[in-house]
Amino acid sequence: MWQSLVDSIHNLIPWFDGGLADVIIILIKGLALIFPLIIAMAYMTYAERKVIGFMQLRIGPNRVGPLGLLQPFADVFKMMFKEIIFPTKSNIYLFLLAPVLAFVPAVAVWAVVPFGEGFYIANLDVSLLYVMAIGSVGVYGIVLAGWASNSKYPLLGALRSTALLISYELVIGFVLVTVVMIASSVNLNTVVEKQAGGILNWYWIPLFPMMIVFWIGALVETNRAPFDVVEGESEIVGGTHVEYSGMPFALFFMAEYFNMIFMAMLAVLLFFGGWHSPFEGIPLLEGWFEFVPDLFWLLFKMSFFLFLYFWIRASFPRFRYDQIMRLCWKIFLPLTIVWIFVVALMTQLHIGPWF
Amino acid sequence: MMITSRNTAKAALFLILTFFSAASLWLLLEAEFLAITLILIYVGAVMVLFMFVIKMLDTDKSTLRAQFTRYLPLGIFVSIIVIAQMVLVLNAGQFDLAMTGVPEKHDASYSNITAIAEQLYTVYVYPFELAAILLLIAIIAAITLVHRNESRSKKQDISEQINVQAKDRMRMASIKPKSAKESK
Repeated sequence: MWQSLVDSIHNLIPWFDGGLADVIIILIKGLALIFPLIIAMAYMTYAERKVIGFMQLRIGPNRVGPLGLLQPFADVFKMMFKEIIFPTKSNIYLFLLAPVLAFVPAVAVWAVVPFGEGFYIANLDVSLLYVMAIGSVGVYGIVLAGWASNSKYPLLGALRSTALLISYELVIGFVLVTVVMIASSVNLNTVVEKQAGGILNWYWIPLFPMMIVFWIGALVETNRAPFDVVEGESEIVGGTHVEYSGMPFALFFMAEYFNMIFMAMLAVLLFFGGWHSPFEGIPLLEGWFEFVPDLFWLLFKMSFFLFLYFWIRASFPRFRYDQIMRLCWKIFLPLTIVWIFVVALMTQLHIGPWF
Repeated sequence: MMITSRNTAKAALFLILTFFSAASLWLLLEAEFLAITLILIYVGAVMVLFMFVIKMLDTDKSTLRAQFTRYLPLGIFVSIIVIAQMVLVLNAGQFDLAMTGVPEKHDASYSNITAIAEQLYTVYVYPFELAAILLLIAIIAAITLVHRNESRSKKQDISEQINVQAKDRMRMASIKPKSAKESK
């Protein structure tokens, strides 16, 4: 499907030489990715408020448009027309650079996500490493925002959340190592292709503890409740976002939601078979569900994880900072290292359909 | 830019930019694994710690400027030596295409990471594992150095905290209530 689209664009613009046409195709691919992402992000805020409202016996947004469905657009326009305030003693360049540094990695990381068979922007051979590398750049957004604001609360929020992000990056790195050990590839496409063949072939069974560790790590990496120490409204006002208003704040906000969607996507790709249907290999059901496109399964599984974010946010109180650190270094890190040995053993003994 | 910038945070950011440029150079040389690891380790880990330290330190600019002239002769001397060495080595013709040969081009399916892994885990297994053990020893040494003074660290025993009973924390005292008449 994707290839035919690319070919048709090539045919449409034959008067360009090869290089320019390629650039245009890459641009179109990027836009084709970013627009759905922005819409998804806007409606995620709506879904979050509705879901949490439902869980807390409230109604949620219901004024703008039918069922409040136009609420995200109202929010966007409000953000766009707000005044951008600069603290007088802040470092203006770094102050403005920080949201950009938070936003760009959150978008750039999507380049390697495979949405279906051969349906991706870039097929990097080191795509998992790319994900880790670009993800770690996002920390600078928070560091700089805290430093450049020249204010107490942002600095405190930035300090504790960067320490947290670095620590949990380690844990997620180890979890990725176990996935790579099973798939014997750091290419996301290959990782998903190796999980073909029904729900029992996905990696969530041999890597069940790793999946849970990964998901908690994802919650920390995206600064979500119950680990949202970067904001922590009850403790340090708004954390790094205190001095930001209007579009710079919106960039932070969008970066957070893009990261959330990405982490949900990564969980699906690594542990839940990516675009593969759960009914593969089951005699009757496989035929019934054959008409469902790959993309639907991917997005369906992803939506479940997005729902999980809201569910967890509505269910748990915020962790104390030192408890999160203890969880990381004293529980998750030993657990992941032990599981690396377990996976090595399973690989040697060829257990189950995974190895 | 990194050296001339007066602002330490900006200097650190320029250093990050330098790492990114180096990574893109490696990408152009078809070494995508090295490029990504450079970003992952230096930009993602080392420089974040640098930024951390910079934020915590209160750098006084006047003292920095006062010492600038003091160390200037030494700095110039060292930099002249470094430049001279680089000129001597790079000019000697050891890195010409004639010496190294034209690097071969690989097609798109060539996997850099597989090539590195094959070399690392077959031919160079022992040096690789030696390096790993060396790093492990360094980590353990650093941790033991930090934890020498056990008395200074404040520890909390989580299981003790969870298992605490009401009777450990509270003492029920039975005090006779005064009658209404007495209190008046």
